[in-house]
Amino acid sequence: MRVALFITCVNDTLYPGTGRAVVSLLRRLGCEVDFPEAQTCCGQMHLNTGYQDEARRLARRFRAVFARHEIVVVPSGSCAATIREHYPRLGVETPRVVELTEFLVDVLGVTDVGAYFPHRVTYHPTCHSLRGLRLGDRPETLLRAVRGLELVPLPGAEECCGFGGTFAVKNPAVSAAMCADKCRAVLDTGAEVLCAADNSCLTHLGGALHRQRTGVRVVHIAEILASTEQDKPAGTPIASGRGR
Amino acid sequence: MSGTFLGMPAFPANAARAVQDSQLRHNLRKATHTIRAKRLSTIAEVPDWRELREAAKAVKDATLRDLDRHLLCLEEQVTATGGHVHWARDAAEACRIVAGLVRATGETEVVKVKSMATQEIGLNEALAEHGIEAYETDLAELIVQLGDDRPSHILVPAIHRNRAEIREIFLRSMPDAPPGLTDEPAALAEAARLHLRQRFLASKVAISGANFAVAETGTLVVLESEGNGRMCLTLPETLISVVGIEKIVPTWRDLEIFLQVLPRSSTGERMNPYTSTWTGATEGQTFHLVLLDNGRTDVLADEIGRQALRCIRCSACLNVCPVYERAGGHAYGSVYPGPIGAILTPQMRGMGSPLDASLPYASTLCGACYDACPVAIDIPEVLVHLRARAPHPPAERAAMGAAAWTFSRAVRLTRAQRLASRLRRLLPRRLPGPLSAWTDTRDLPEVPAESFRDWWSRTQGGPR
Repeated sequence: MRVALFITCVNDTLYPGTGRAVVSLLRRLGCEVDFPEAQTCCGQMHLNTGYQDEARRLARRFRAVFARHEIVVVPSGSCAATIREHYPRLGVETPRVVELTEFLVDVLGVTDVGAYFPHRVTYHPTCHSLRGLRLGDRPETLLRAVRGLELVPLPGAEECCGFGGTFAVKNPAVSAAMCADKCRAVLDTGAEVLCAADNSCLTHLGGALHRQRTGVRVVHIAEILASTEQDKPAGTPIASGRGR
Repeated sequence: MSGTFLGMPAFPANAARAVQDSQLRHNLRKATHTIRAKRLSTIAEVPDWRELREAAKAVKDATLRDLDRHLLCLEEQVTATGGHVHWARDAAEACRIVAGLVRATGETEVVKVKSMATQEIGLNEALAEHGIEAYETDLAELIVQLGDDRPSHILVPAIHRNRAEIREIFLRSMPDAPPGLTDEPAALAEAARLHLRQRFLASKVAISGANFAVAETGTLVVLESEGNGRMCLTLPETLISVVGIEKIVPTWRDLEIFLQVLPRSSTGERMNPYTSTWTGATEGQTFHLVLLDNGRTDVLADEIGRQALRCIRCSACLNVCPVYERAGGHAYGSVYPGPIGAILTPQMRGMGSPLDASLPYASTLCGACYDACPVAIDIPEVLVHLRARAPHPPAERAAMGAAAWTFSRAVRLTRAQRLASRLRRLLPRRLPGPLSAWTDTRDLPEVPAESFRDWWSRTQGGPR
């Protein structure tokens, strides 16, 4: 199957490891991956901050870049939700856009992707994955099938982490308060790894977990699903370190 | 704390103070999580909740489309059954009408049923200017009024107070509070009951709002929990009801839907303890209905914003909102706090003040409010819509413009990424200016040596 990858500007710029993981995972599952190099950003930040004209231009740009592709895979719940839910409101029609776990479960029909990740992991369903795309238990289903992985439930998982794009700098006090509660919930699980399907929320959560020296690392779900026994040391995600 | 929201700073500053208030945080967490759980369990009992929600939304939308017709029908029915109907364009006109009606009775005291519309127009303060004292009779509103405080929740306006504070307020401001009053909830409620009983028996004029107005018969409906509403609606000789024009439902069949969804969404009860309905003037009572616009027709003119007029003031959105839970109601500077306030207040008051302009941004767009709303108001959609109309700070506008310019060509993004990669060791750990809000509580991610696109163009996706 041939798919186009929309990597998203955040992953492209800050988390190339997530992108490499998506490519390796999709190829392992027999997909031919195209990466249209003219792609940039979906416009979510502009749209959600009130810059509709800029957002519309980026939406049209996205449409032009991916016009010839049948299906576009996006390793980000919030970008996928922006394209699928908000582009129509901006009057922009797009080809079929699916979030990564949707693609794996619904399109490829796999739940065991042959991954190995011997760690205790908790999963945070980000708001756009949960209430926007309605991913349901697709991510957890994929994680449960990973060998060596112990999935522990996150209390209050459905609650927002407080990132909210520019909300994090426009309303820093509330954002930090929400983040503190989410971090406490993560620490209560005793997990080594916090996983999500959106690196923007993980930048916020990981930044706080790192600042607090919790020793909990954040990993995008693609990196866990791409990990195999061949990786060295065993089960280390392809991405290098995060946070400084 | 005083009884006005005027001149308050913007939401972020208000919220920054509130999140450090441990008592407030504790009260809000406990109260909202309790109501949240109750709501979820009572809604789970209703097999056709989704259909009810769709029906509620459809009825409200259809009614708003023909609002003029339904309002005239309501006026005709209320008049035919002995009531008097008044039309108020804005808050000042509504207050003038009500003050005039009370003065005509010769009374200087009125009792009030909890009402958002009268809070919205600042009726108590307006009446005080005319030498008329308005007494709130809902327990929580009484606490707010005696404490010279402001409501912080639509349904539970004293949600920010605990029982020790309530005891102090009663002892300080309620003349007939028993001297040995404890902070036991039953003792506090009994003290309030005895205090209010005297008011009910002595007052000749009552003022209420209404949850619904049924156009086909001209019937007003009030849902409440304490029975104070029933006392106010039945005992006084004159009843004045101030009702927003969007409260209308065409028929009793339509009302049936809302009598199911409102209690479950607001208090998490299957049914509220008291539902009062009245049609026109009952025997021995004079009845006035003041229909209030106060910006509602402007909201109606906005194709996306108008869904806010479906609101039935249940507060389900407040109780599930993570921002409300931490910022509290006062931070929103309006009688309508929380997610619904963030879309109602800027539409009704405009975005001329820093506070009102900050309200559309008082949300992470997490969508919990939309899921909880019994009339399916897509609050995140309206927030984003309002953000597009809000004034934008110049520095932000410049940054967004620069970002849009960078994203408009892949080559520009590539150059920016390479520059960031080259400077990655030099980038500060703490960001300057407004961006310090990020690094105050969060470490920055490491900038990679190579972006994904550069890796792709170098390797075509790596080994196969």
